[in-house]
Formats: sequence, C-alpha cells, structure tokens
Amino acid sequence: MLAAAMLIILGSSAVLCLYRIGRGPTTPDRMVGIDILGVLVVGFASVACILSGRDFVINIALAWALLSFVGTLALAKHLEGKGFDE
Amino acid sequence: MSSWLGTVLWLVGAAFDLVGCIGLVRLPDVYNRLQAGTKCVTLGTCLILLGTALLADCPACSAKAAMCLLFVLVTAPTAAHALARGAKVSGVPLWEGSVVDEWDATVDRGGERS
Amino acid sequence: MKNRITLFAVCLLVWLLLVWPFGKGSAGAPDVLAGVVAAAVTVAVMREISTERADRWLNPVRWFWAAVYLVVLAYYIVRANLDVAYRVLHPAMPIRPGIVRVRTRLKGAGARTLLANSITLTPGTLSVEVTADGEILVHWINVTVTGIERVTERIVGRFEWFISRIAG
Repeated sequence: MLAAAMLIILGSSAVLCLYRIGRGPTTPDRMVGIDILGVLVVGFASVACILSGRDFVINIALAWALLSFVGTLALAKHLEGKGFDE
Repeated sequence: MSSWLGTVLWLVGAAFDLVGCIGLVRLPDVYNRLQAGTKCVTLGTCLILLGTALLADCPACSAKAAMCLLFVLVTAPTAAHALARGAKVSGVPLWEGSVVDEWDATVDRGGERS
Repeated sequence: MKNRITLFAVCLLVWLLLVWPFGKGSAGAPDVLAGVVAAAVTVAVMREISTERADRWLNPVRWFWAAVYLVVLAYYIVRANLDVAYRVLHPAMPIRPGIVRVRTRLKGAGARTLLANSITLTPGTLSVEVTADGEILVHWINVTVTGIERVTERIVGRFEWFISRIAG
C-alpha cells in the first residue's frame, strides 16, 4: 500500500519532469528538468533501498546525488559559453 | 514510533516533490520554474531521505541517508544558481509579465564565483 | 600545518560516515586504513588549492551559531515551500516576478556562498549572480518593494547577522 502510493506519486512527478524536458521550449528549460529529475531519482533510490530491503541500494542515491550535481554544473558552464540564438 | 514518523515523512516529502513538478510544468519562464523546482523538490527529497534514515534498520544506511541529505541540501541551491546564471548569460528573456529587471549587460563577468 | 591536520580529520570523518566500518558484518580495520590513505592523498593534492584558513572549522562558537542557524533556516524553508505550493496550485497563479539587486556587507567567498544558497532556499527568491563588489542579483517571484535599500532589508536582513557569526 505504502509502496504503491510512493511509486505513483514519485512516478507522476518524474513524468511531469520528462514533459518539461521534452517540451522545452528553450535549452535552459530542458536543463532545469534534467536537474530536478536527478534530485527526484535520489529520493526514489532511497525509497527503493527500504522497500526492496537491500542495503546497498542507498549507495546508488549517494552516487547519483554526486554525479547529478557535477553534470548540472557542466551543463550550466556550457550554457554560459554559447549564445542563446541557436 | 520511528517507523510511523518515517512513513509520514515519506508521504509529505513525495507530496512536495509532486507540487514542485507541477510548478515546473505550470509556471511561465525558466526562472520561475527553477524557483518552484528547486525549493519544493529539495525539501521533498530531504524529507524522504530523513524518513529513510528513520526507517532503515542498519546504522550504516541511516548514516548514508543523512550524508546524502546534507549533500542535497548544499548542492541543490548551488546547481540552481549556476543554471539561473547560465540561462541569464545566454540571453533567455524573462516572462513578459515580469515587473522589474535590474540585470544589466555590464555585470562584471570576472567576479566572484560560487 | 594546522590547516592540513584539520582537512585530514574532516576527510577521514566523511569517509567513516560513508563507509561505516563499525557493524558486525563490515570489514573493520582495513576500511579504516583505506580511509587514512585516501584522506592523506586528498590533503596532499588539495594543498595547492585550499587557501582559506581551515582551522576556523575548530571554533565551537561558530558551530553553535551554525546549529541555531540551521533551525532558523528550516523554518524559512518550510515557509518558502508552503508559499510556492500556494502560488503553483492557485488557479490564477498570483506571481509578480522580477530580477532585483541587493547589497551585502559580507566579505569572503564562503560567507557569500552561504548567503546566496540561503537566499535560494527561502521564500520566493533565487540568487542569479554574485558580483565581485558584494552585490547579488536575485530573482524574486513576488516583487513587493523596490529600491536597493528596502529590497536588501527584506531579503538579506534576516540572514546577514547569523552568517557573519558563522563564516565571517
């Protein structure tokens, strides 16, 4: 019951994020979607750790938090380097 | 007791995540979307991680969830700041309903980086 | 030297919290030894990069104010989220966004970073740019006042006092 509720709420959040990533309209909009989706996945992995009963899954949350942060910084740097007019 | 509290924290955190993502879809420009996304999803994920720390039955998992919470709390605003500046520097305009824009192009680009 | 010892201790502490070699099933001593090696390598590599004085981390008064500040910040974060949730879920979306300029008296990269991050997490504000002469450009979702003095009072005033005691 709890598992189903968490899965539905977090899953629909992720779908909304994916809508923003797919729809745009500008490149920074997509990057914001990717950044938010990364933070969502961290929460989802920690939920999966408890629900599946496997302790190592929490490591995925840690690694994802680190990599998603570095990736977002790289995207933002890339954004500063190039003009907006495609 | 702690399992009850952890479950409540999970559900409240997931609800904040959902509100943040609704904001991400509804709000009109990049900066407003960043506001809703960063604030609500950061708090939501932090609450979920806190709930995980309470629900986990091994101390190692609790410690890792707590470290992850601190990390998300520090990095999420930094990432939002970098994205907002990237969007502004690359020239994304504000929503036409915005009331004021005190950004000017002569902002010292060699300034403090954070 | 004091800097390097502090940095080493912080690295080792983070390693121990992440690896947690205290339980029954874990490896124990080899994990701790690996942590000592990793922290030593980190300190050796970071020596060139780290310029801020690390021994400020040892001052208990700063830690006390940091703990108080965490509680204050938690209050503002919860308020910020209820505020954003109200604006997002309201059918008409009552927002008046804009980018405003605020000024801070804080010196030092650490203090300014902490202030910028606090601004991002609190009601309706998101820091966009920190300039070299102590001005922060803030995106504000609901602009209610104008003029740099009054905006500064409104956005920065509630944090500056604490941060000058934590990282000043």
